[in-house]
Amino acid sequence: MSSSTIAQTDSSLRPAKRRIGDTVFGGLSTLSGVSILVILAAVAIFLLAQALPALTTAPDVLAEQGYGEFWGWVLPFAFGTVWAAFLALLIAVPVSIGIALFISHYAPRRLAQSLGYLIDLLAAVPSVVYGLWGIFQLAPALQPAHLWLSKYLGWFPLFSGNPSGTGRTIFTTAFVLAVMILPIITSLCREVFLQTPRLHEEAALALGSTRWEMIRMAVFPFARAGIVSAIMLGLGRALGETMAVAMVLSGAGVIHFKVLTQQNPNSIAANIALNFPEAFGLRVNQLIASGLVLFIITLAVNILARWIVSRRAQYSGAN
Amino acid sequence: MSKRIEAKNLDIYYGSFKAVEDISMVIEPRSVTAFIGPSGCGKSTMLRSLNRMHEVIPGAYVEGELLLDGHDLYGPGVDPVNVRRQIGMVFQRPNPFPTMSIKENVLAGLKLNNRKMKGSEADDVAERALRGANLWEEVKNRLSLPGSGLSGGQQQRLCIARAIAMQPEVLLMDEPCSALDPISTLAIEDLIQELKDSYTIVIVTHNMQQAARVSDATAFFNIAGTGAPGKLIEMGPTDKIFSTPDQKSTEDYITGRFG
Repeated sequence: MSSSTIAQTDSSLRPAKRRIGDTVFGGLSTLSGVSILVILAAVAIFLLAQALPALTTAPDVLAEQGYGEFWGWVLPFAFGTVWAAFLALLIAVPVSIGIALFISHYAPRRLAQSLGYLIDLLAAVPSVVYGLWGIFQLAPALQPAHLWLSKYLGWFPLFSGNPSGTGRTIFTTAFVLAVMILPIITSLCREVFLQTPRLHEEAALALGSTRWEMIRMAVFPFARAGIVSAIMLGLGRALGETMAVAMVLSGAGVIHFKVLTQQNPNSIAANIALNFPEAFGLRVNQLIASGLVLFIITLAVNILARWIVSRRAQYSGAN
Repeated sequence: MSKRIEAKNLDIYYGSFKAVEDISMVIEPRSVTAFIGPSGCGKSTMLRSLNRMHEVIPGAYVEGELLLDGHDLYGPGVDPVNVRRQIGMVFQRPNPFPTMSIKENVLAGLKLNNRKMKGSEADDVAERALRGANLWEEVKNRLSLPGSGLSGGQQQRLCIARAIAMQPEVLLMDEPCSALDPISTLAIEDLIQELKDSYTIVIVTHNMQQAARVSDATAFFNIAGTGAPGKLIEMGPTDKIFSTPDQKSTEDYITGRFG
């Protein structure tokens, strides 16, 4: 009641006019939001529609036409994808976090800046160049390492088996992939480390912590969610990387954890790239179906990452 | 457990910028010393130089001597890490570690010393520190919950508990109540009165009533102009500084004529 009397006396409380700027901007951002859903749906529908023949054709029909059963065919590639990406992460994550920490907390400011630019430059190198580098430089360079590891650490299951003579193994591929995902993980970690609240750093220092203790006490707990996101983005790139893997790895449809041998599990993306040009008939559908499998693996990885990040939201630096 | 601090002709620099010039003062043990003065006068810098926290800024250094019971805190081979373990600090805004529980926060400093503590011993230390900070009754049933869930005043007392769990010689407080409401401020001020029985306490404050209420000695800092170094104008018993200061500028500041 009192509000209505005010509305009568105060002319500024007339019904709001529609403001053009708000309408346009609201419309644009809604459009952008919807478009990502539409694009994603379009990709998913394409994959599903094209993959369906490979998934629904009866096994005996497939065998009759000489294609083999789908799941048995795709499983080694799915394994190779995940295994190569995992190995790449194993190499890249400690190095990335180390570089990021050096840039954010150890290096003098000027050095830190130029180093940051260099790292970002690494991300701009096209993957075909990494592939060439992998074949012509890294594989021959790492080949002696294959022999050495096989000779002295051959008892360790990962390094067992006959070492490859070319070095074009999943071992070398993991290194190439690691270099490729290093920039993205490093950049993101660096940004997160730099955002650590000064208050928390000083709290740790004032308690008499050394720099490393301060980093463990204040920086890492704060950056935890960011580190996980960075790793997942790097993993996403490693899972989907096509060109470099296709060029470096001499792949086959096998499943084993040995990283030094001639026979290596190929990755889904590389397998599609290598076989698509000559594929026809149901083989095309099979390849696209394997793309669908990759899509699902990536989705699962991202969901897992979200879950890890949200699990301890209560303890995050946000509150 | 509480020591005397003596500064002799102390200059504090940030790179080429001289922030504080020619400070000579004695801070008595088991008492509260307040640093007052207008913004930018160097009182926080002076406070931070007492536990070498100002060195967090690259290029910071001091000239002159700063003695803790006769030992130079800036002597050759003195590790700032060890200085800070003896001289605790409480900051302007409460800063409990957000990922740690209340109990973990209290014990954070002790863990750094790589001291292996038995569960019961850790419980005792945490309880003693929290009782010392007048926080025990409020948190005893939720020691394992995150410290960031407490109110601002409780968080600040948690930070005090964290500092005194280390059993420091000196406790530095950099405007510890400026982010708190009056009730929480009162709780902290009461706490300061209790703590001075065991510790040397130095407090920076913008609130002159607070300086008058809690401190035994007061040091007034001032600055000649922008870019000029801060200087210690006058230091003496709080009663005297707030009633009959020797310097005109002290009187002007205290009576609210500037600053």
